[in-house]
Amino acid sequence: MVFPGCPRVALALFPESKELLDPMAFKSTTAAASPNPAFELKAATFTLPVIRLLGVEMDVVADQLAVKVDQAPDFFRNTPVVIDLSGLPRGSGQLEFPQLVGLMRGFGMIPVGIRGGTEEQHEAAQAMELAILGDAFVRRVPPARETASPAPARSTPPRPAPEEEAQTASQRLVTRPVRSGQRVYAAGGDLSVIAPVSNGAELMADGNIHVYGPLRGRAMAGMKGDTSARIFCQDLQAELISVAGHYRISENIPEDVKGVAVQIFLDQDVLRVEKI
Amino acid sequence: MARTIVITSGKGGVGKTTTSAALAMGLAQRGHRTVVIDFDVGLRNLDLIMGCERRVVYDFINVINGESNINQALIRDKRCDALYVLPASQTRDKDALTKEGVGKVLEDLGKSFDYIVCDSPAGIEHGAHMAMYYADDAVVVTNPEVSSVRDSDRMLGILSSKSRRAEQNQPPIREYLLLTRYCPERVAKGEMLSVGDVREILSLDLLGVIPESKAVLTASNSGVPVIMDQESDAGQAYSDAVARYLGEDLPHRFLEIKKKGFFSRMLGG
Repeated sequence: MVFPGCPRVALALFPESKELLDPMAFKSTTAAASPNPAFELKAATFTLPVIRLLGVEMDVVADQLAVKVDQAPDFFRNTPVVIDLSGLPRGSGQLEFPQLVGLMRGFGMIPVGIRGGTEEQHEAAQAMELAILGDAFVRRVPPARETASPAPARSTPPRPAPEEEAQTASQRLVTRPVRSGQRVYAAGGDLSVIAPVSNGAELMADGNIHVYGPLRGRAMAGMKGDTSARIFCQDLQAELISVAGHYRISENIPEDVKGVAVQIFLDQDVLRVEKI
Repeated sequence: MARTIVITSGKGGVGKTTTSAALAMGLAQRGHRTVVIDFDVGLRNLDLIMGCERRVVYDFINVINGESNINQALIRDKRCDALYVLPASQTRDKDALTKEGVGKVLEDLGKSFDYIVCDSPAGIEHGAHMAMYYADDAVVVTNPEVSSVRDSDRMLGILSSKSRRAEQNQPPIREYLLLTRYCPERVAKGEMLSVGDVREILSLDLLGVIPESKAVLTASNSGVPVIMDQESDAGQAYSDAVARYLGEDLPHRFLEIKKKGFFSRMLGG
C-alpha cells in the first residue's frame, strides 16, 4: 500500500545521546583461566545515530535522506546507524528492507540493526542480517494521529530535534558563546570552544573537549566510550563533567579546582580533576 | 533598507516594552524614521506606554490578514513626526502571526523606514520567535538577577540558531545587552548582580545600564516614553543607549551609588 504524496512521510534523524547499544553486561571471567588469553570479553556502550522512519515510501525517504547527507557528508561516512521503526503508522504497508539497507549503504552508512518493529519486520530484518535491538527506550506513537482526518498539508516537514545542532565534522571549533539550551556535539573527534559556555549548555565530543573561557555548562568527553578522552578548560565552573560516562556534578567537584585551569581525565575508572 | 531591531529578554517584566518605546522615540528624535511594532498579541501594552491607545483602529494582525493596509494601521506619534506605532491585536490569537505574514509587513515597512523596532513578548514561544526571526540587531533586556540572566542567555542561544540570519548563513544578529532596573545600592549590599557579573556571564557588548527609577513607572502610566523625561536618570541613560547604538562612544553612567547631600536627603531627592 502506498500513500502518494503523503505529507507525513518524513524522516527524523538525530544522534541520541542516551540511546545505548548495550549487549548485556558481560564481564570477563574466562581470561584468568589460560596463561595467554587470546581475547577479552568486555561490555561497551556506543552512541549511534538512529533513523526513525515515519513512513515506508522509499522514494520520499531517499529524497529527504539525500538532503540530510548533503548537509553533513562526513557525519554519515561509515557510521553505524540503527533503524527505528516505532514511528511508523500502523498499517503503513510493507517496509522494503533490502531497498532501505541498500539506500543507506549508498549514502555511506552502515545499517547495523533495527528496533521497535513488528514480528514480521524483525524477521525481514534478520534476513538482511540486521541485529534486533532492545525496545527499552522506544515510545509508540499514539494511534490517534493516524486515524485523524487528513490534516491540512504541512508546508514544512517536521524539523528533527530543533534545539540540537547536530555537529558533524570530526574536529569542531566553536568561536561564539555556547548559550543555555544549546548543545554542541563533535562526532568522532575533538571539540574546541574559544568562548564562554553558559549554565545549561551542553558540550559533547567523542574525543577531547577544550574550552578557552569559563565552562559553566556541561561537558561530556569520550561520548563513545573512549576512556582516554580528556576535558581541558581555563576556568572550571561546570554543572557536570563526564569522561566516557564517568561523571561528576558540580557539588562533587572540589572547591580548590573551581575557577582555575584544569584537566579532567579518567585514572583507572576514577574521574580526576587536576590543576594545570 | 531598514534595520530591524528586536527588543527581547526571555523573562517577563524586565522592561522590554519600556525599552522599545524609549529606543524607538530616541531614534526618531534624532531624525531617523522609526516604526515600533508590538508583537505581544493578546497582551498589548506598547500603545499604552506610547500614549496612543485611544487611536488604535487597525492592528498588526489586520495587516497580516489583509484586512487593512499598512498605512491604515500605523499610528503617527503626536510628539515626534518620525515615529510610528504598529499596535498588536488584543483579541486575536498569537498564532495569527505567521512567518510569511510578518516577513511581508516588515518588507513593506522597510521601504519607508530607517529602523523597525520589534517589541517581543516574554517567553521563547511563537510570538517571541516571530519577533526575532527577521532581526538584524537584538537588544537583550536583562535585570541584574540570576533568573533573568539565565533566560537572556537562553534567548541569545535562540537568536544565534533560529533567526533568518542563522538559517540562511548570513552574518549573525548583532547582540547588545541592556541592563535595566539597576540599583547600585543593592549591588553594594550584595543583593543584586553587578554590571561586571552580568557582562561576564553573558559576554556581550553593553548598550546601557538603566537605573531603577520612579520616573519609569510615572512615564509608563502617563503614556510618555521615559526617554522624553530628560530630567530623570533613566531618561538620560536611555538617551546614552540610543547614542551608543548609533555608534557613539559614551562612558556608562549611574553605576555608582549617588552621594546624597544633606539637603537632598532632607528634601527626599
